[in-house]
Formats: sequence, structure tokens, C-alpha cells
Amino acid sequence: MTKKRKTSHIQRKLIPSYIFLIVVSFISVFPLFWMITAATNQSVDVARGRIWFGTYLAENFRNLLDRQDLWSAMGHSFLFAFVQTIVALLICSLAGYGFELYHDKQKDLVFSILLLAMMVPQVATMIPLYKMISGMHMLNTVWGFMLPAISTPFLIMMFRQNSRSFPVDVMEAARIDGLSELRIFFQMYMPIMRSTYAAAAVITFMNAWNAYLWPKVVLTDNAAQTMPMLIANLAAGYTVDYGVLMLGVLFCSIPTMIIFFVLQKQFAEGITGAVK
Amino acid sequence: MKKKGMSVTSKQHIAGWVYLAPATALIVVMSFYPIIQAVITSLKTGSSANMQWAEPIVYNYTRMFQDKLFMRSVGNTFLYLLVQVPIMLILAMLLAQILNNKDLKFRGFFRTCVFLPCATSLVSYSLIFKSLFATQGLINSILVNLGILEENYNFLGTAGSAKAIIIIALLWRWTGYNMVFFLAGLQNIEYSVYEAAKIDGANGWQTFWRITVPLLMPTIVMTAIMSINGTLQLFDESMNLTSGGPANSTITMSHYIYNNSFGQGVANFGYASAMSFFIFILVAILSAISMKVGDKRD
Repeated sequence: MTKKRKTSHIQRKLIPSYIFLIVVSFISVFPLFWMITAATNQSVDVARGRIWFGTYLAENFRNLLDRQDLWSAMGHSFLFAFVQTIVALLICSLAGYGFELYHDKQKDLVFSILLLAMMVPQVATMIPLYKMISGMHMLNTVWGFMLPAISTPFLIMMFRQNSRSFPVDVMEAARIDGLSELRIFFQMYMPIMRSTYAAAAVITFMNAWNAYLWPKVVLTDNAAQTMPMLIANLAAGYTVDYGVLMLGVLFCSIPTMIIFFVLQKQFAEGITGAVK
Repeated sequence: MKKKGMSVTSKQHIAGWVYLAPATALIVVMSFYPIIQAVITSLKTGSSANMQWAEPIVYNYTRMFQDKLFMRSVGNTFLYLLVQVPIMLILAMLLAQILNNKDLKFRGFFRTCVFLPCATSLVSYSLIFKSLFATQGLINSILVNLGILEENYNFLGTAGSAKAIIIIALLWRWTGYNMVFFLAGLQNIEYSVYEAAKIDGANGWQTFWRITVPLLMPTIVMTAIMSINGTLQLFDESMNLTSGGPANSTITMSHYIYNNSFGQGVANFGYASAMSFFIFILVAILSAISMKVGDKRD
């Protein structure tokens, strides 16, 4: 009896919190809900303020395909993000592993110098990198897209911090068994650290998929454009068709939304990655 | 015997360096070398094919401080920084504090909702907000129907409201992101600390300012540095939400630099590099200040 009364008392005290959370949640979710309904409506109705699902989805889809090469952009976005994720994870996890499990004074110094790269803004390196990439004839290629983004201090730090929990005695035992150094990495480290890899993969894929400034610089050919570039082009005309635009935005958001809902825990871990 | 042991350790020693070599080389070539190149380019003038040393050598830097448009982009960026970052961090901390309460029901649901905007790309949400606040858009039709506005208002075509909308959009996109850090930080605080405060008769407000905030200081400093860093480099929103307009009144530094290097018109790599190096210095100074402030209160 008393326990029940106590809970209801606590819940009553939490009413302001609930109201606040409901308001914030509504504001957070509504623009995305509206994006989805707008994709099913005619542009005029969207402008008039219709917020429920309509019947124009097929029509908008046809218009979208007429205006932009949707499948090419989806294909490029998937290919680029996928390749970048795999290469970045391999290179940064190797480095994080090396910095933590083979650490000595010189390597610690190298690591702290690398961290300085966190402060280098993208716009500051954009011009020299553009010259470099175009000099190597890598404009409009996956290499040009990902080379500046595969080795990041953030990912290296994330793997380094998480490597602290890697059992060193397992390594020693493997060495006594005669496993080569590289095989210890691939056969022991990688499987044990899979949750770190999952978090790192989610965050890297998201970043690669959503990248805009650098792709805009390096993917000069319209045929190589990615999804964020495609939807930006959709909005650039004099008259904007809101139904078509929001359908494009929806296509650009579906992969990241799916990842968000399926791997939310890994996503949160990926964001806070290097913090322990 | 001894000799063999030596060779194994030296093999391990080499292995360590081999592991970190690719990542280190890439950062040197893709970050450190370009920033040095940017400084050199910033001392030159001319189009990208034939560039000469500037006359005087600091020409691009003096030009920068006399360029009203660049100064406006600096002003805009700092306005976004000073208004948006504090509001966002306080909101994020507040939400984390509320969601950390074990008695609260539907915690997972609320957390997912608040975190959801992070699933959209910066271009996507910029375009969503652009459409929502268009003259012929949802917000206008709601406000007119409610009688708050007499006729449709051109939110994005008016300097003041366009700036406000960029700030609102930034708050929408990034509050949940920062909340995740505070939730992680709060979980590291022992519950017994709060129990002790309760026994000592501290109320909710006192507990928040005297216990939660000091213990969260490392998280606050880190989120502040990240937010400052991100805001100083703001590009996607300025480019896609307002296109910098009306009449460049919402343009950010990165957007202006992009216009001067890869946008319409002449590619002015020397001048753009000078401005981008200015951002680099700003990021470094502001990060150093945030770290100092955090240290003091520790």
C-alpha cells in the first residue's frame, strides 16, 4: 500500500519532466515525419500545409527520376561509404592497436602529435588537397573521395582507448604458441574487439554517407555525385517541387535512419567513442 | 638463447611501428602537409595555374581584415557560436539529467526521439528546415491559420529571422547528439553522491549546480570544444538552408571561403587560404581557452 502511494507520489512529481520530454520529442520527430508525408504529396499541397500522407508518391518518384540520376547517386554513396568504412577501420584499428599495445615513449609522442590534426579545419586543407588529388588524377574517384578521411585522430584514439581492455596475457600466450605478430592482430585482436569495430563502423559509415563539402570539391563531374549533392541540386532551381525534394531527402535519409534504429547503441558508442 | 630472445623483442618493436605507419603517414600527408601548403598559398596571389608571391607578402591578410563581407561572415559565425552553443549545452545537460532519473518511464523511447535528428545528414535537415520555413511553407500556413500572422512572412528572406532559423535548426540537429555525452558522463557519477547530498538537505537545484555540474566538467569542456570547432566550420547549413542570404547576411566563414575558391566566379586560392588559416588559428585559440577554463574549475 505505502509503496504504491510512494510510487504515485514520485510519478506526480515527474509530471513537469514528462511534459517537457513530450514537447522536446515532438519537436525532434515532427520535421522527419513531415519529410515522409511531404514525399507523398503534390508540391502545392505541401506548400498549403498538408501534413498527412497523400497519393502523389509514384508521381513524385517519376519526377525525381526524370530530374536526377537517383540510382547512380545512391550507388556512389553506398560504394564510397562502404569502401571508406572498411579501409578506415583497418588502418585506424591497426594504429590504435600499435599505439596502445606496443607503446613506448616515442610512440606516445607520435600519438600526441597526431592528435593536433583534430584542430585542422576542413576548409583549411581543402585547397591544397584539391590540388594534390587532381595532380594524382583522382578527381571523381573513390580514392579522391576517401583519402583525406580514412585516417582520423578520432578513430585512432577510439581504438587506442578501447584496446586497454584487450587482455595482454592472451597475446603473450599466442606468441608462445608461435603465432606471428600480424596473425595475433587478425585472429585475436579483431574478434575480441568486435564491439569497438561495430561502433566505429557505424560512425564512419554515417560520416562518409553524409559528407558534403569535400565531395562537392573533389567530385566535379555530375555523374559521380553522391546523395547529399543530389538533393542539394534538387533544391537549387528557381521553382522547388517540395514533394520531389522531400522524396529525395527521404532517399538520402533511409540508410542512415535504418542504421540509427537497428544499431542505436553502437551509434551512441561511436559518437562518444574516444571518451572513456 | 639470449640472442633469439633479442630478435623476438626487436621483431615486436618493428611490428608496433609498422602498425601505426599507414595511419600516421596519411595524417601527415592529408592534414599536416596541406596546412603548411595553405600557409604558403596564403602568401601568394594570382589564379591557380600561375601564382606569385604577394606584394607585400601579407597582402591577403591585410585584405582579409578590410573585407567587409569576410568580417560579416566572422560576425555571423560568432553570433551562431555565442547564442547556439550555450543554449544547446544547457538543454542537452538538462535533458540528460531528466532522462537519467531511474523512476522515469519510457526513458528509452524519449531518448530515441531526442537523439533521432542525428540520423539525418546536414544537407537533409537543412533542406527540411528550408522547406518548413519557406514563404509558401508549413510554418507560415500554421501561423496564418492561427491568426498569429496576417499574411505569409518571408522568414528566409529577412536577415534577422534567417539567422534565427539557422540557430533553431542547429539546436534541433545537435542537442540530442550532445545529450548522449552527458548521459554517458552522468552514468559515471556514483548514486551515493546524490544520496549524501539529499541527507545533507540539498534541494534539486543545489544538487545540480554543486554536484552534477562540477562532476560533469570534463564532459562540458569536451562538448564545448567540439561545438566551437564545429560551429567555426559551419558550411552545409549556410550553403543549403539560406544560401548565405539574404544579401550575404547569414553567410558563414567556411561558406565565404568556398565561394572564393570553388564557388562561382574566380578561384582565388591565395586569399581563400589566408582566410582558412585564420579559422585554424581561431579553432586553436578557442580550444585552448576552453581547456584552461575547464582546468581551473576542476
